[in-house]
Amino acid sequence: MKDNKNKTLLDVSKLSVTFNLKNATVGAVDNITFKVDRGEFLAVVGESGCGKSVSALSILKLLPEKIAKIESEHILFDGADISKLSNEELRTIRGKRISMIFQEPMTSLNPVLTVGDQLTEPLITHLKMTKEEADKRAVELLNMVGIPEAEGRLTQYPHQFSGGMRQRVMIAIGLACEPDLIIADEPTTALDVTIQAQILELLKDISKKMGIAVIMITHNLGVVAAYADRVNVMYAARIIETGTAAKIFKNPSHPYTIGLLRSVPRLDVSRKGKLATIDGLPPNLMNPPEGCRFAARCPIVKEKCKASPFLTELDKKTLSSVSCWYHKDAEKNGSKMYEAGEKTIKNKPKTSSKPILEVNNLKQYFNISLRSGWFKTVSGTVRAVDDVSLKVYPGETVGLVGESGCGKTSVGRSILHLNDPTSGEINFLDLSINKKSIALVRRDMQIIFQDPFSSLNPRMTVGKILEEPIMVHKIIEDKKLRQKRVHQLLEQVGLYTYMADRYPHELSGGQRQRVGIARALAMEPKLIVCDEPVSALDVSVQAQIINLLEDLQKDLGIAYLFIAHDLAVVRHISHKVIVMYLGKIMEFADEKELYSNPKHPYTKALLDAAPVPDPLIEKNRKRMILKGELPSPLNPPNGCVFSTRCPQYIKKCSDAIPDLTDYGKKHFVSCIKVK
Amino acid sequence: MLRYALKRILLMFPTLLAVAVLVFLVLRVVPGDIVALKLTAEGGEVTEEQIEAEKTRLGLNDPIHIQFYDYITGLPQGDLGISLWTEEPVSEEIGARIGLSFELALISTILAVIIAFPLGTLAALYRGTVLDYFIRILTIGGIAVPSFWLGMLLIMLVLAVWGVLPPLGTISIFADPMVNLSQMIWPAISVGYRYSSVVARMLRSSILEVLSEDYIRTARAKGLFERVVIVKHGMRNALLPTVTVIGLEFAFLLGGLVVTETVFNLNGIGKLFVDSVVRNDLNLLQGLVLTVATAFVFINLLVDLCYAALDPRIRYQS
Repeated sequence: MKDNKNKTLLDVSKLSVTFNLKNATVGAVDNITFKVDRGEFLAVVGESGCGKSVSALSILKLLPEKIAKIESEHILFDGADISKLSNEELRTIRGKRISMIFQEPMTSLNPVLTVGDQLTEPLITHLKMTKEEADKRAVELLNMVGIPEAEGRLTQYPHQFSGGMRQRVMIAIGLACEPDLIIADEPTTALDVTIQAQILELLKDISKKMGIAVIMITHNLGVVAAYADRVNVMYAARIIETGTAAKIFKNPSHPYTIGLLRSVPRLDVSRKGKLATIDGLPPNLMNPPEGCRFAARCPIVKEKCKASPFLTELDKKTLSSVSCWYHKDAEKNGSKMYEAGEKTIKNKPKTSSKPILEVNNLKQYFNISLRSGWFKTVSGTVRAVDDVSLKVYPGETVGLVGESGCGKTSVGRSILHLNDPTSGEINFLDLSINKKSIALVRRDMQIIFQDPFSSLNPRMTVGKILEEPIMVHKIIEDKKLRQKRVHQLLEQVGLYTYMADRYPHELSGGQRQRVGIARALAMEPKLIVCDEPVSALDVSVQAQIINLLEDLQKDLGIAYLFIAHDLAVVRHISHKVIVMYLGKIMEFADEKELYSNPKHPYTKALLDAAPVPDPLIEKNRKRMILKGELPSPLNPPNGCVFSTRCPQYIKKCSDAIPDLTDYGKKHFVSCIKVK
Repeated sequence: MLRYALKRILLMFPTLLAVAVLVFLVLRVVPGDIVALKLTAEGGEVTEEQIEAEKTRLGLNDPIHIQFYDYITGLPQGDLGISLWTEEPVSEEIGARIGLSFELALISTILAVIIAFPLGTLAALYRGTVLDYFIRILTIGGIAVPSFWLGMLLIMLVLAVWGVLPPLGTISIFADPMVNLSQMIWPAISVGYRYSSVVARMLRSSILEVLSEDYIRTARAKGLFERVVIVKHGMRNALLPTVTVIGLEFAFLLGGLVVTETVFNLNGIGKLFVDSVVRNDLNLLQGLVLTVATAFVFINLLVDLCYAALDPRIRYQS
């Protein structure tokens, strides 16, 4: 049977999607053409709003019918045109021959139906199985995606599953009818890096084994390099480059692809200089520019770019194409194109002077009620931060990494006394910080939050947001001078002074994060706690913000406590790095030492789990993937908290909590197996 | 589930006790004097002494803590005191009318649900179409038109079509169900129209909200029949807020139909409420407020149990 099937599984030609909104039309996808072969792993990359999800959803017509207008020459699936099919005809393909996995495992499953019910639905609908047959198959499927004790779990509800487990359920649903194609829309974006590795490996293994083609939509270039055979790069609703993963990463042809690849910090290479950045922002799709849509941001733009370039075939065999008039120039001069990436070094911290911040044995426990009983409530203690000590010197960046729930954010909040620490000592600027004395140094310690959307008051103008702290702390009393200072701050973070009159919703995500930084700077602080400052931003904007933070450190000598889950970003910006797990420090060393010579099994696992944007390295990489998930912080394991997931576990690990020991070069590790 | 239900039931008692205490205290603060009203109503001169004597006879001159003691110890035995006006036991006064009010509320609810569910669902599924606008006009009308006025129109309509008045007054449902129903259907329609409008609008907006959830997209992506997507995946989640509205409306109907009852000449709780207020009959008013409050608490319990049945997250929380 297999051999008389078409080699090309999906052939999309001239697909366009327009959203007709109340007072505007948005061209979300503009005339894209691509193919997927049987069993192929295709990645679609691009920044948010470039149309990658919309194009995938439009294949199965899963967009809201009333506002989305889908047009195409044809969409051939296994030789048959599915673009003209009615909803009912498409229904027989959905979930049976093409299935989807969505980004948010938390909201993609119906909360009021059992997992078993949701898993057996496609089996009963498409394969006409009886309830009993379907249940039997469901158990097989759950076992296949690595959910233990599957039989008992069929009657459970989604809220009884963790995020990673729910995504496994979603994959099981996707695999149920053994489809020819799985479309995975950012399947691991909401998950931690060790869980991401588990899920992606699973998806890859199963799709290879069953010969299923995968279209994976992602913004993570590392993931693309590690798993994809082919790559489509999208920008402003168009495919601007396509080719094999090896070709795209080694020899990209489009200036945007080059910029994208160069603006991500690398996990595997030590920092060479500032990150390359693509200036500006993607165009507004309500009113897209004529000609090449990247022209406004392109470093090699010329007169001819006023006309839209065609998708030119570069190589017939690998089906590489690019949409750029000057791709030959781009290929040749790729490495020089984004000269913003000058070879500057990190700011030199003043380690000879006294540390600006010294934290000793910090503990932050939270009491939470687990069950409210008749007369008493059963409560538990979450040890969010358990015995953490650290030092930050003036002008230094200390990176704090770990997966969600490891306590990194709590450390930052306790230092700022946003939560009152349970115990421990915090010394800042030679002052012992407690509930009262924090008021004296409030302005010297500032924070930048993760979500640039919710951390600015939507009813205040940018100017007012920046002016408020200056007024409250009586830094500048005169109104005119204060406004001058606001303008100065805006310029300092790379915004325009006229933006003082704007409201936050009028700005892009990156611009808002700049406002957040300006607000922190308004106090002329000595230390800024950066709590995941770039994780909500797109790659090219992320690079801009990281560079800005570095520049400010150089100019103003500010120290950063940089909290993040992205190991590559932390490597790029930090002088020292602390790795946390379940409220405890696992390893602590200089950036170079830690990344080139990780000693703790957890650090090694973290580094292994994060994919590197280079297919050659990824193909030969042997990764050790952590099994299981983070244990409940209410009931941490005895002894070493990592012992339950540690590949090097020995019985002695459960006996006592290992000390943080110096193994030379100020490399501290908390593990008894390290020599 | 059982544990959850048991807990909710036991939690009712402190709530009811708090209501009882609050009602007692609030009513003692209300100005006005039933005795003077009662005696002067019979005409003639009334002396201070006569008023005092009557007050003492009715127990109104007892110290407040004695009054409270009598009231609160009477409650568990169903003794709500005597009406200060008619001097009949309050429980009997209410008992004689609660059945009627309950029946009317129940018929209205059934009517409202039967009308509201298709209307709300259709409006949501055909959002932005002529059908949606038509339903919107219909339901906004239901909220805007007072039920008593609709009641009067209904009476006139029946008169115009059949040339007879609709059967007014009340025969007990146990005495003659058919006559009873022919009497109750008209007030039920006039109340149920508003009721169904409120429920339909709620249902429409919660279905729309649910249909934009990620899991609905998942259900569609699985290739389920659209009918299954809407009914199985959508409706159950959309029902949650709707159940709350139905419960609140039902409890309101038990005591709040003053004018409608007057229009249809029904002897229900609503009329009794007004009478007790006009006459300053504290004991009766107290009993009525307590009765309606109890109904609210019971219906809230039912709503909570419905929630638990519909949503496993609530079931497993306790």
